[in-house]
Amino acid sequence: MLKSARDSLHLLAIVAPGALFIVVFLVLPSLYLMGMAFTSTGPSGLPALPFSLQAFRELAGFGFLGWSPGNLYTLLRSVWQTFLATALVILLAYPAAYYIASRPTRWRPLLLLAVVVPSWTNQVIRSVGWMNLFAPGTPISDFAVLIGLTEPRMGLFPSQFAVIVGLVYNFLPFMVLPLYAAFERLDHAQVEAARDLFASPLAVFRHAVFPQTLPGLMAGTVLVAIPAFGMYVVTELLGGGKATMIGNLVARQFADATNWPLGAAGAILMILATVGGLWVLRRLGRRLGGDREVVL
Amino acid sequence: MTVQSPFAGASTRPETEAQPARAASSIRIEGLSKSFDGAVSALSDITLEINPGEFFTLLGPSGCGKTTLLRLLAGLESPDAGTIHIGDQLMAGVPAHRRSVNTVFQSYALFPHRNVRRNIAFGLQMRGTDAAEMDRRVEAMAALIGIESLLERGVHQLSGGQRQRVALARALVNEPDVLLLDEPLSALDAGLRGRLQVELKRLQDQLGMTFVFVTHDQEEAMVMSDRMAVLDGGEIAQVGTPQAIYEQPSDLFVARFMGHENLLPITHQDDEGIETALGRIEGVFTAGSHLLLRPEALKLHTNRQAARPHFEAQVIECLYRGPVTDYRLRCGEAQIAVRCGNEGQRRPGVGETVQVEVAPAGTATLQG
Repeated sequence: MLKSARDSLHLLAIVAPGALFIVVFLVLPSLYLMGMAFTSTGPSGLPALPFSLQAFRELAGFGFLGWSPGNLYTLLRSVWQTFLATALVILLAYPAAYYIASRPTRWRPLLLLAVVVPSWTNQVIRSVGWMNLFAPGTPISDFAVLIGLTEPRMGLFPSQFAVIVGLVYNFLPFMVLPLYAAFERLDHAQVEAARDLFASPLAVFRHAVFPQTLPGLMAGTVLVAIPAFGMYVVTELLGGGKATMIGNLVARQFADATNWPLGAAGAILMILATVGGLWVLRRLGRRLGGDREVVL
Repeated sequence: MTVQSPFAGASTRPETEAQPARAASSIRIEGLSKSFDGAVSALSDITLEINPGEFFTLLGPSGCGKTTLLRLLAGLESPDAGTIHIGDQLMAGVPAHRRSVNTVFQSYALFPHRNVRRNIAFGLQMRGTDAAEMDRRVEAMAALIGIESLLERGVHQLSGGQRQRVALARALVNEPDVLLLDEPLSALDAGLRGRLQVELKRLQDQLGMTFVFVTHDQEEAMVMSDRMAVLDGGEIAQVGTPQAIYEQPSDLFVARFMGHENLLPITHQDDEGIETALGRIEGVFTAGSHLLLRPEALKLHTNRQAARPHFEAQVIECLYRGPVTDYRLRCGEAQIAVRCGNEGQRRPGVGETVQVEVAPAGTATLQG
């Protein structure tokens, strides 16, 4: 409760710098970006008046040569690659987190460190690392040729496969950490109660373990899927134009292609898609969470 | 103690609508041993027979192995040696989820992501009971336990006592051969605990089911049990009815654990009596190292014409408790606790000299 004007002045002094920062560096630029999406493309790609929906028409695929599905494909590819990468991250992180949480206490920090350490290196350098591993003539590429995954002298990169590997590799720690936290405080009494109440090992997992890790899984999914959806470095380096995502499309409009209004419209689409994705995830969390919904 | 027919326990029990009388199961434990990490022996060579339909309590201090024994019965641990039979079935190699045994856990271990109804239904669901039958049985059990109104609530909305009831219903609805209870009342406050003790005992009577109850509280054990086993350091110290264990404890550990204070080393024993720090008491006693005097079986006399056998003592403390008064007396080197019913007689005060009458039935000799 505020008792006097003096108190409210104090509060203002505490809140003001942060609020000002957010307004200047987040709210205003966002508004500017949204406004820009509704302008026309001027000379050298910069936004110009009058306001129009031209950028959105372009984004939807209408150009000088009529409609092309390129951007739609990019959007669908972004959703698909994000989904695939997140699913693979979950499949890898779930057992890893369980394994780490079930080790003796003194080993856990070391194992967690091993998970996190790679992310201390710059994303670009790590992607270049994968480029070297997947280049033609490396043992990995030769093996891929051997099992018929790729043709001789082609290498595994650039490809969608390389992009997915890069995404999974990049975001694995962000799934392992929240899942580890969930496994670490797992209530084993619930596991025993399920066993006692005739649950087979699979049913024990389904009804006593999985629901307890669901909040961690949801948190990890948000931490992985949102940045993966906007990913630009990995797709640029490992995809070589074969697996471009919407992040690349937006970035290109502000750089090489210089069409700022189109880039702004793409950014708005990304925000909307992300909000939509979160909504779907929230619905899923409620369904999987049983009577106690899991809120993000 | 072996009851041959598995129906023996159930046949004398009244039937209820909610739960038809059913065959209760006996439990036979032979040479059961379990140790953890190869070092600490949690249980060593336990042999025990539990009758069908019996309320049997495993009593002992923490670390005595009572919970380990319960977990072995549930199948949550496997023994290093020895066998368990439930009914006629050998339990070796039978995993927890294939045993017709259910447990009420100390922490209740309810599933927080399921409401009360779906918590209670869990066991039935796992056994593939059809939905209509499941609803019927869950509702009948909820009515029996008195939680019908809570069925649609979330677990986090329940009080401790309500959670305890849900945990009980969740186990009982499966109509197990044996119900295991791991200190189910220890997290509740004293008043609620007392009420639930009575309720639980009545319920067991009504269902005629074999209950194995673990507690460290000797009063709770006495109130509830048909028979009980006192455990000490992974071994059984004594098995018997509450009365037998309270009045004739087999050794000093059991006597102390049952709350006895008046344990006097015997200095001399012959055919006509025994001698302790209180003096000589005439009578025929079995051989032992200590004499137990139950405080409520001692009588105080303020006049000089006390009946024999008796000894003289001085009151050093006097605590009025309503129905009874607890005295602490000094007699030479020894201190004695005496509990007297307050029937309206004059109560001796602190500092007074009294005659203490020893009723032979209120004594026991026991081994150190």
